[in-house]
Amino acid sequence: MITLRHGEPRPTWGFVIVSVPRGNFRAVAHDVKSDRMTDSEGGPDLTKDGPGDSAPERGAEGGRPLVVAENVNKHFGELHVLRDINLTVNSGEVVVVIGPSGGGKSTLCRSINRLEPIDSGKILVDGKELPKEGKDLAKLRADVGMVFQSFNLFAHKTILDNVTLGPIKVRKQGKQESEKHAMELLDRVGIANQAQKYPAQLSGGQQQRAAIARSLAMRPKVMLFDEPTSALDPEMVNEVLDVMTGLAREGMTMIVVTHEMGFARRAAQKVVFMADGQIVEENTPNEFFTNARTDRAKDFLSKILTH
Amino acid sequence: MFDFTPFFENSGEILRGFWATLRLAGAAAVLSLIIGTVMVSFRVAPVPVMRKFGTGYVNIVRNTPLTLVLLMCSLGLNDILALKFSSVSSTTYYWWAVVGLSAYTGAFVCETLRSGINTIPLGQAEAARSIGLTFTQSLRMIILPQAFRSIIAPMGSVLIAMIKNTTVAAAASYGEVALVTKTIVDKPTFSDGVIPLFLGVAIGFLILTLPTGYFFGWLAKRMAVAR
Repeated sequence: MITLRHGEPRPTWGFVIVSVPRGNFRAVAHDVKSDRMTDSEGGPDLTKDGPGDSAPERGAEGGRPLVVAENVNKHFGELHVLRDINLTVNSGEVVVVIGPSGGGKSTLCRSINRLEPIDSGKILVDGKELPKEGKDLAKLRADVGMVFQSFNLFAHKTILDNVTLGPIKVRKQGKQESEKHAMELLDRVGIANQAQKYPAQLSGGQQQRAAIARSLAMRPKVMLFDEPTSALDPEMVNEVLDVMTGLAREGMTMIVVTHEMGFARRAAQKVVFMADGQIVEENTPNEFFTNARTDRAKDFLSKILTH
Repeated sequence: MFDFTPFFENSGEILRGFWATLRLAGAAAVLSLIIGTVMVSFRVAPVPVMRKFGTGYVNIVRNTPLTLVLLMCSLGLNDILALKFSSVSSTTYYWWAVVGLSAYTGAFVCETLRSGINTIPLGQAEAARSIGLTFTQSLRMIILPQAFRSIIAPMGSVLIAMIKNTTVAAAASYGEVALVTKTIVDKPTFSDGVIPLFLGVAIGFLILTLPTGYFFGWLAKRMAVAR
């Protein structure tokens, strides 16, 4: 109860002048900055091992099933947007979902934490079927991180408050502990020196990295990425992909909807190709990009890889 | 015709009238904000019964003339059903005027707030849900704070309308400035100068409402959420 009240004297709305950081956190931000010399421009250095390494094979076989979709169907009115989807994502596995627009990639991604309810079939996360609504669903969502195309940082809160909100209000973690963890995460994604700013003051790439930190702060079992780089200027794509590649290397279970073929080759164990609401092909990245099994996939690849 | 002597002769009474108006407007501002916030929470709730209740409330109260609402409170509830706040008649009429005016204004506050909620990108609510916040938590910490900031300027208009609506409370036996003015005019000793008297009271209202409008305009700029 006391930890809950802790945040209350600071108004959650109103009375905060955007340009003036609140002093008591500034010290924290500065410490981290001076200790570790974080640089927001260059992005985090999480890929020191060299991008030349081929995708690690770990997790592809060994892990237990963490996300399982069984015969999932969904309609948007007349449109049958998910058709009999069956998919298993093992613990530690990185799965990239690619395919043409309108093929159901995003819907599948969003249905895994029930931002889109499904019509029939089953989705299990860590062995438990998705609860329908209410507290149980909220609890499950806390364990499933989600990163959106449009970042969706809380516009009226500082970056630090964005990252600590979930841990404090959902996990009921102490404020100091949450802030310490948040600063570590922000440092890791390379924006610790932006902690006191508001989302609108950051570049797209920085906002998306902050959004990743916000998800990580919940210590999720699995992370969903719904086209995380599609809304970014080209020059900012890599700073976000580097963070994601670093996460993949550390063994985070990830489902990534993306058009970034380089990321798929570099970090994924499995590529899922979706078109017209169906999973057309599941393959390893190497096989898929060099020697796709299905004509639909070959056709798609020929259109995007020629230029 | 433009002799302001009758206005100044009765200025003491008129000032007391304005003080009564202020007390009514102040209490109604607070209570209508509370009612509006509760009702808009109902209107966007995931439970259909709550949504229906919120919609029903707004549609009934918003479409009933304020005079009827206030007469219902004073004559109906207070006098006939004897639901009194206090045995002192001026006190009980005051509180019934506050309740009636707030219930009525609350419906408008609710609709203003709902339009504010509609300006917030859907992604804000989705992000709130995706980190595990419940509906109530995301409404309280993410949605309403941003909605309030985006509707400060139109909320000023609602408040200005409410301040002027206090004059209707005269119908509900509450002695605010309009009732005071009417009493002065009805005095047998009062012969001339109705127009200057009305002008004086009108200027009094301007003194209340103009700064309200400016203040809310200033606040809206200051509190805007950058996206």
